[in-house]
Amino acid sequence: MSEEISRADVEHLAKLAHIAMTEEEIDRTVGELAEIVDAVKTVQEAAGEDVQATSHPLPLTNVFREDLIGHTFTPEQSLANAPDAEDGRFKVPAILDEE
Amino acid sequence: MTVDSNPIIRLTAAEMASKLQSGEITSVELTRAHLDRIAEVEPTLHAFLHVNADEALEVAAEVDRARAAGGQEAEKLHLLAGVPIAVKDLIVTKGQPTTAASKMLEGWMSPYDATVIEKIREAKLPILGKTNLDEFAMGSSTEHSAYGITRNPWDTSRIPGGSGGGSAAAVAAFEAPLALGTDTGGSIREPAAFTGTVGTKPTYGGVSRYGAIAMASSLDQIGPCARTVQDAALLHELIGGHDPKDSTSLPDEVGEFAKAASTHDVAGKRIGVIRQLSHGEGYEQGVLDAFSSSLGSLREAGAEIVEVDCPSFDYALGAYYLIMPSEASSNLARYDGVRYGTRVLPEEGPLTIERVMAATRAAGFGEEVKRRIVLGTYALSAGYYDAYYGSAQKIRTLIQRDFDRAFEQADVLICPTAPTVPFKLGEKMDDPLSMYLNDIATIPANLAGIPGISVPAGLSGGLPVGIQFLAPAREDIRAYHAAGALEHLLGEKGEAIWQQIPELEEVK
Repeated sequence: MSEEISRADVEHLAKLAHIAMTEEEIDRTVGELAEIVDAVKTVQEAAGEDVQATSHPLPLTNVFREDLIGHTFTPEQSLANAPDAEDGRFKVPAILDEE
Repeated sequence: MTVDSNPIIRLTAAEMASKLQSGEITSVELTRAHLDRIAEVEPTLHAFLHVNADEALEVAAEVDRARAAGGQEAEKLHLLAGVPIAVKDLIVTKGQPTTAASKMLEGWMSPYDATVIEKIREAKLPILGKTNLDEFAMGSSTEHSAYGITRNPWDTSRIPGGSGGGSAAAVAAFEAPLALGTDTGGSIREPAAFTGTVGTKPTYGGVSRYGAIAMASSLDQIGPCARTVQDAALLHELIGGHDPKDSTSLPDEVGEFAKAASTHDVAGKRIGVIRQLSHGEGYEQGVLDAFSSSLGSLREAGAEIVEVDCPSFDYALGAYYLIMPSEASSNLARYDGVRYGTRVLPEEGPLTIERVMAATRAAGFGEEVKRRIVLGTYALSAGYYDAYYGSAQKIRTLIQRDFDRAFEQADVLICPTAPTVPFKLGEKMDDPLSMYLNDIATIPANLAGIPGISVPAGLSGGLPVGIQFLAPAREDIRAYHAAGALEHLLGEKGEAIWQQIPELEEVK
């Protein structure tokens, strides 16, 4: 098993990913992640400095459209799937706390 | 379990289309026959998450009216008008739920249609419903759905493949003649192999991805599922083409795939056996036997079989399992409980947006999705980015170079679609690495953006084996040609694989 992944690492990753994990989930993930990372480590051996990275199968260019008024969702449509809404706006819990 | 309440469900989509055009059957009859079949087998298979009988029958009736009216209205109808279709629940549909098989999107109704759905509606194919998948398309067995597993109609104790197991099982079990899937690392081709059906991953950008819920955007591709190569080609022609709403959409005209699929002559064609993907650890003997007998048939028909070397493929799985979770962790950041989907409040403590987000994502995502998000977050994090994500992107370059060299030696490449036949339900659930290994032969095509087709090519212990053809990017036509030829050659030797499916056994 890799020594690189600790419990603290997984706790940190869960925080970065905004996923609340139980103690048990963290313990399990430490083992699994170490195993997976060990298995994928070989990628570091294959390509030398001279190999360019390919981020996408196609060469991408930005696509622009004319700045014309077109169909947009109504406020009702936009809010229809929201977990909570009030006065035509998304309603979320308070964002300020003691942290 | 007996079926065949109505034998028209055992026709190919092309045959159904032809009978609709000649007036021998109506679309309402055809759609109803499929709905009856769905009602009969769904308690066993669970290929669908949602069935929309009313809407499907309405569209069918519209087609029948247009055909009965004759004249221009009938002439305007698409070749496949009136032939029902099922849609993987990762593709957004207005008026029907889209859940991605996740609790996160439970009850979500898309306010718009994916481009492929717009095309299906315009061509008037009745949409039977939405099919099951691994949550957010993460998995190779359809056991990671938040709404229950799908079973393989060939053997209900086995998985149907994933992530598009619902679409493949529905097509194999005659619940739908056609279906749509998405393929990020093999999610159309691997379930096709495991269910004795045909599945195509088109060239990246050949079919619009607008409205496909994103998992890994540089790899995801929508494509057709069918029982024959010809049917897959017909559906591909319908859904393909440039879409200004998708910035990764190719500007190309749609190829004549159906014509290629029905041209069976392979004399003089060079077919490259990929050395790295045609034997070795994990490859079952039954799969290798079917592969070797397929090569024999192609050789007898005059094809030249050459061996090609793709050394970087040994690193493809590692590269994929870094790139895919990295892109997924970024794409799935949108599920934050703010604008749509589930919102869960933490049981205790202050209600801050961060705590609500963390509680929501903990409750809304399943185990495999969380695993991949954490892995992706790790691969993208400071200090590891160059070592993992950067290296993986370099492998992508090497894989593209390997394909380029291979296609200098061969017109198409060939290998088994999966190293094994479908495994037992639950067998690999606690072993993510072993599950990931299943995608070894399908992943290189996604990393390079090239097209691939899985075609049924035999049975091993009574279970279907799929053979995959790969072609250069934008040369999907070559893959259809080769796949159609193999299907034809095997068909000449006996009944087509998809017709050999045993009667469905009820789950004991």
